[in-house]
Amino acid sequence: MSRSGTKLNLQADSWLIRIFLTLFIGFMGLFILGPLFWLAIRAFVTGWTFPNLLPDGFTLQWWRVIANDGSLLEAIKNSLIISPIVVIISAIICLPAAYAFSRYEFFGRKTFLIGIFAANAFPKIGLFATIATLFYTLNLMGTVLGVIIIQVLGTVIFMTWIPAASFSAVPRNLEDAARDAGASKLRVFRDITLRLAMPGILVALVMSFLSAFDEAQGTYLVGVPTIYTMPTKMYALVLNYPVQISAVFSLLLAIPSVILISLARKQIVGGQLAEGFQIK
Amino acid sequence: MSTATDNVGLELIRLNKVLGGRTIIENLDLIVKKGEMVSLLGPSGCGKTTTLRMIAGFLIPEAGKVILAGKDVTTLGPDKRPSAMVFQNYALWPHMSVFKNVAYPLKIRKLAKSEIEKRVHDALDLVNLMHHKDSRPSQISGGEQQRVALARALVQEPDILLLDEPLSNLDAKLRVKVREDIRDLQRRLGITTVIVTHDQDEALSISDRIAVMNDGRIEQFSTPQALYDEPATEYVANFIGSLNRFDGDFADGQIQTGSNVVGIRPEDVYFSAHQVPGSHAATVDLVVPRGHFFEVYLNSNGHKIRSFMSSEIPQVGATGFVRISKALIYKDGKLVKVA
Repeated sequence: MSRSGTKLNLQADSWLIRIFLTLFIGFMGLFILGPLFWLAIRAFVTGWTFPNLLPDGFTLQWWRVIANDGSLLEAIKNSLIISPIVVIISAIICLPAAYAFSRYEFFGRKTFLIGIFAANAFPKIGLFATIATLFYTLNLMGTVLGVIIIQVLGTVIFMTWIPAASFSAVPRNLEDAARDAGASKLRVFRDITLRLAMPGILVALVMSFLSAFDEAQGTYLVGVPTIYTMPTKMYALVLNYPVQISAVFSLLLAIPSVILISLARKQIVGGQLAEGFQIK
Repeated sequence: MSTATDNVGLELIRLNKVLGGRTIIENLDLIVKKGEMVSLLGPSGCGKTTTLRMIAGFLIPEAGKVILAGKDVTTLGPDKRPSAMVFQNYALWPHMSVFKNVAYPLKIRKLAKSEIEKRVHDALDLVNLMHHKDSRPSQISGGEQQRVALARALVQEPDILLLDEPLSNLDAKLRVKVREDIRDLQRRLGITTVIVTHDQDEALSISDRIAVMNDGRIEQFSTPQALYDEPATEYVANFIGSLNRFDGDFADGQIQTGSNVVGIRPEDVYFSAHQVPGSHAATVDLVVPRGHFFEVYLNSNGHKIRSFMSSEIPQVGATGFVRISKALIYKDGKLVKVA
């Protein structure tokens, strides 16, 4: 009797927990997805104002506005060109650094590593203001190069810390084994180290791209008014265009993020990284 | 015709290695004959792995020479040496299948595809792993991973095979089987082999000769039997097998006061109820069953001495006579007399 009693109690408990969890997840979902949903609808309506529960009507006119607005298209084009360039430059500079941080002991290693982190711990706008004065003297203000440099700065932390951790996670004896098998140092790096660190590097590439694609503060300071990217154009949109245009632009801005994260997710979760590191 | 070098598989000449400001290896000499299986045996930190890594080329000695199959390879990197190593935790590449792991050394040597296929199949056949050739290392057991590592080494047809604690990650039962497999394979292929181990059982059971290492030096280099019967130093006597150790001398079948060290193997100690020539009175302090034998603690003339017995086990408190058939006498750590 008493046994079945406790069992019943337990079941009641688990029901309570289940209901609570459902409510919690539902609330979180509403909290996170609700605004996005609202935004997505906004992009397709003629008007939707309080106290109306439903939009006044649906239209594609805001998308047409953007397709016909040269300055908006220019911003999209700039973003799509500049961000990949930033990622490539960042990778060229940071990946060797990441490898060095992970594999070599050198003077100031810790200081550099923490320094990269610390530079991101302070409000960036102060840093950007200082950089701006430097850029004025170097004639980099309002140039594509200036924008690229400022965006690369924001990606450095992703492109060093994440790959450095991945390189460190490659067991040394896997490299030794390849050396012993007859591979040159370069070949070992290509076939073993880089290959096994690749999932981490992919994550770093995605994070860097998103960071560059999303960077607004520095880009605004350096680029405006000659160079607008999508995020900096948002400032102008919010002030000068109907709110639905901002909604459309936000959706456009979200597309690369969604695509990249879903691609990377497959690569990382489904890849052999997890399985590989079971072997010590 | 230099017959002397023709027969040598590996020669280490006065090797010195300093790591982190500490001398790890000091003036180490070793000659391994072709086709011989030699163990480097010692406790952790004795320099055995450092020695192996110098043979493999992962470490370059500060002084001395490494001669592999008649060729001076002292300064060559591991990729340029005719040696192949099996790592302690196998070091299989997780992103490659078993087949690709074994094929990798041949791929680097740019062999033809058909040749690679044939040799990899032969190597996997040798270790009975053909059925796992498409598996990932993570999908097979530890023992199987170990055999893949062995196949990966053997497929290179190296002049010398290096094994770094190859059995330490296997469970006890499997360890005995795998070490017999390794020994069998080594004999069949006639490949010169150096194996690093801290397990004396392992060393004694599979080696032609054992180099017992201590503090960066080789204490003794001889056959397992000689090592056991006549350990050249007190250190070796202590390290290999069990030992009763006394400060003193040995005469008239018993321990006497003296300035030397007497070592007596428990299996050379006999206890019986009857007196025979050379035996002395003793009492039984303690009897510990050890499975297939008993460890009997005796007290003779104030000296506590252990005996391994397998029959006619006495009761605790019994009195009788102890006979010591063999004793090793050491002076300043070196063997001076076998009595």
